[in-house]
Amino acid sequence: MTNHWIDYRNADVIMAIGANTAENHPISMKWINRAREKGAKFIVVDPRFTRTAAVADLYAPIRPGTDIAFLGGLINYVFEKKLYHEEYIKNYTNASYLINSSYQFKEGLFSGFDGQKYDKKSWAYQTNAEGKPLQDPTLQNPQCVFQLMKRHYARYDAETVSQVTGCPKEKFLQVAEAFCSTGQPGKVGNILYAMGITQHTYGSQNVRATAILQLLLGNIGLAGGGVNAQRGESNVQGSTDFGLLYNYLPGYLGCPKASAHPTLAAYLEKETPKSGYWSNKPKFLISLLKAWWGEAATKENDFAYNYLPKYDGDHSHIAFFEDMSAGKIKGLFAWGQNPAVGGPQANLERRALEKLDWLVAIDLFETETASFWKRPGVNPTGIKTEVFLLPAAASYEKEGSIANSGRWIQWRFQATKPPGEAKSDLWIAYKLGQAIKTAYAQGGVFPDPILKLTWDYGEGEEPDIAKVAQEINGFTVADRKLLLNFSKLAADGTTACGNWIFSGYYNDVANPPCKRREKETSGIGSHPNWAFAWPLNRRILYNRCSSNPAGQPWDPETPVIWWENNEWKCNDVPDFGWKTPEGAMIPPAESAQKPFIMNPEQQARLFASGLADGPFPEHYEPVESPVVNLISKQQDDPIAARWPSSKQGLAAVGSPDYPYIGTTYRVSEHWQSGIMTRNSPWLNELMPNMFVELSPNLARRLGISNGDQVAINSKRGEIRAFACVTPRIKPLKIGNREVEVIGLPWHWGYRGFAVGESANVLTPHVGDANTTIPEYKAFLCNVRKVR
Amino acid sequence: MLIDVTKCIGCRGCQVACKNWNQLPAEKTQFQSSYENPPEFLPYTWTRVTFNEIGEGDNLQWCFAKRQCMHCREAVCVMVCPVEAAHKTKLGTVDIDQGKCTGCGLCQIYCPFDVPKVDQEIKKAFKCRLCLDRIANNLPPACVQACPTGALQFGEEQAMVTVAEARVAALQRNGHPKAMLYGKGYAQVIYVLGDVPANYKIPVYQGPPSVSYLWEWALKPVKSLFAVGSILAVLGNYSGLSAAKTEEEKEGNVA
Repeated sequence: MTNHWIDYRNADVIMAIGANTAENHPISMKWINRAREKGAKFIVVDPRFTRTAAVADLYAPIRPGTDIAFLGGLINYVFEKKLYHEEYIKNYTNASYLINSSYQFKEGLFSGFDGQKYDKKSWAYQTNAEGKPLQDPTLQNPQCVFQLMKRHYARYDAETVSQVTGCPKEKFLQVAEAFCSTGQPGKVGNILYAMGITQHTYGSQNVRATAILQLLLGNIGLAGGGVNAQRGESNVQGSTDFGLLYNYLPGYLGCPKASAHPTLAAYLEKETPKSGYWSNKPKFLISLLKAWWGEAATKENDFAYNYLPKYDGDHSHIAFFEDMSAGKIKGLFAWGQNPAVGGPQANLERRALEKLDWLVAIDLFETETASFWKRPGVNPTGIKTEVFLLPAAASYEKEGSIANSGRWIQWRFQATKPPGEAKSDLWIAYKLGQAIKTAYAQGGVFPDPILKLTWDYGEGEEPDIAKVAQEINGFTVADRKLLLNFSKLAADGTTACGNWIFSGYYNDVANPPCKRREKETSGIGSHPNWAFAWPLNRRILYNRCSSNPAGQPWDPETPVIWWENNEWKCNDVPDFGWKTPEGAMIPPAESAQKPFIMNPEQQARLFASGLADGPFPEHYEPVESPVVNLISKQQDDPIAARWPSSKQGLAAVGSPDYPYIGTTYRVSEHWQSGIMTRNSPWLNELMPNMFVELSPNLARRLGISNGDQVAINSKRGEIRAFACVTPRIKPLKIGNREVEVIGLPWHWGYRGFAVGESANVLTPHVGDANTTIPEYKAFLCNVRKVR
Repeated sequence: MLIDVTKCIGCRGCQVACKNWNQLPAEKTQFQSSYENPPEFLPYTWTRVTFNEIGEGDNLQWCFAKRQCMHCREAVCVMVCPVEAAHKTKLGTVDIDQGKCTGCGLCQIYCPFDVPKVDQEIKKAFKCRLCLDRIANNLPPACVQACPTGALQFGEEQAMVTVAEARVAALQRNGHPKAMLYGKGYAQVIYVLGDVPANYKIPVYQGPPSVSYLWEWALKPVKSLFAVGSILAVLGNYSGLSAAKTEEEKEGNVA
């Protein structure tokens, strides 16, 4: 999130798109209700009339997978009605930048497409002799971002949006009027999103579309504004911060690639921008290497850079299951993860597990993944995989930090001891590390990275988590004094830091900031002395934008950072150059054009060349779609990630065998693959069985009554479920056709107290062009009555 | 206690918190055609959220209502109970003393809100106790504690009525002309409703029906007899009933 949960209370209009916030993030409604008590409007855009829609002021239906059409329509509405925040976009975004004259957009494709990928040369800024981007502050030049964007989205008129999304035109216009009213200074709009936005072959572009809309309306950096990603698990923010993904090291440092970054010099040269805060990247990486390899990381050996594993190719979730299917992977740690239920095309992934020599499953209960070898319909004697089950402690049975969606890192204390032989994840990782070290001490192909790894967290049976936290926070190598924060990091090996963005969260052993619990008594809800937010305890990112170039707050009721009596007043930690190292105040003119310090140009990108599939979000159909693309000739995202198995496993556009759109979701009563909640009788009582939601219209046509058993099938498989026939699902009018949507919660599997079939048997192995996140949210299926 | 259904998101944290605090066993349920489950109050299901789909198309509303014992001022269950098992506690809540209860089921039949339920195996009636053991120790009921949105509030009656009336007025001003206060005067659990009670499948109720007064009158001789019996029992050093009588006081002393 750019902002945080409590900050929702400061919004004038809140729009949840692709987020079922009441059901999946119930606490959010406390703060949304606070805003509404002061007159705020709450808009929900969702294919289903969810519990969130039920409590909204305005609900707009949308066909799964058409968010860019919807958001693009809002962007066009902003241009048509001139609702953009002109002073904001002129100063804080690249609206005035001129783009290469060879840039083009034609028939759904951007310039530079070679049939496989884009050559992005034509997407670059026009620059002067010193390499500085050319700008037209009047925004009139036809090649400036503002004009290009206006032309790009002119095709997304309300009529077209309605035809593509199925949202009635009047509804769309009601949303447009309500949300785009926040373009005026003094009004702030907040966009909430979650997996309904990301789990598409163009999920990254969906997110971009929300950011563009918020920038045009001047809603980024203000209290009550922002683009707020609501994370689906309580510490998934923390695990992402720590490099959970295969291509990141902790703190969002890219993993080195074997081909591009053979040496430290090559990595730093290619990955360090010349300007913006990321120009400090060498300090972050070298301090990380010092934290990991201590004395073995010296200037002479490039701080042990050659110990870091390097990769090439795609090893994300779908890719490694494809590799597993092909017999290329010998062993797997499924650590708090249950792909046999949660992974797409689950039957393929369950079969892939059979190819493993060994599987280590670490969880609270025996998951479907751990028991894949005895799943219904298979003969265990034919499966050779050796499975180890390690019982893990639950979150309240261990202590440690937890980072929430708003980037607040809060220490959670141990409430009770784990049952039986269950151990904390830290204990398991620590003991595993020790055992691997012992094994490598006998020799190995390349033992140094293992043997020289610092792995010293106390003498006790349970590793000392405070020592781990101190390593993450960072310290000066000479005296092991904890660093105040990441501003003290150096690139010469004198500092060590396990995760630069967390630096400062544990800088005082006696009173670590992440353990603070002091509530704010007045202010805008920042609660600066409650826990610690990365980076630098900053609660609202890009907060220079909360004030105009002269430093006057756009919204005087909830000012974040503002210039008064020749100094900056702060309701938060400034996110820009506001003080010299000597402590003198830097007047607002200096920072007025540099409010986005993480970008080399230090302004926000309405036009961005970073993504693989285009500088502007463009509507494409999901890979499986019942209709042709009504906006361009390009049916689907040309860069969408596909794998060999996806080729045979996909239904054709408009397939009569699979006429309905399937979309998956979660309910309040169960969590993720259900392994914790389906083992809780009280929760099973509330939601005992797998069910599917379908419209009364479709049910009538298929002779299905509420509570019947139905079969749902896709090109990937078939499942059974109870039919939940409800007016909350409505057919959508797409072009001249009526399209039906089937809603499938994905919580059930074949283990636990409450068993049921898994929705992910139906979902395909296709992924986002940039992140490869699976397209769970829009696919084709069929349904019939069983009894 | 105040239930503001306009802030309820139907998450059912209250249902689980109730079972957790009171250590009530889970029911074996099956999908019933909507999210609602269990489908009715049961001996060990004392609170539940109803999910009511009202209207269709653009006018569709999905109305959630947390239901539980209303802890009526003049409680029909107390009036009709022949053995004084259903009674008013010192804190004013309505409770059933299972030590006295014979499982006759009159409370179940006559409760206007269909709340008490008899466990037929042990012949005892059960229902929400407003977490007597918590409120006697200045803790809110478990459901209130668990509610994430502030839909449930617990406090002094007048304070709750003031909050509720202000909320109803605000709702009426902001697009909910039929918003109303429900239960004031006759129940100690009051509701802020966003629309008419029927949308939440809450019965229209103004106080005990005359039949319950008749019952109370008719049962008086039985009740007196029972009272005499219990005095004799105490004198006879049979302490079971008197122990049950002082249960609330004991709970009140749990720190």
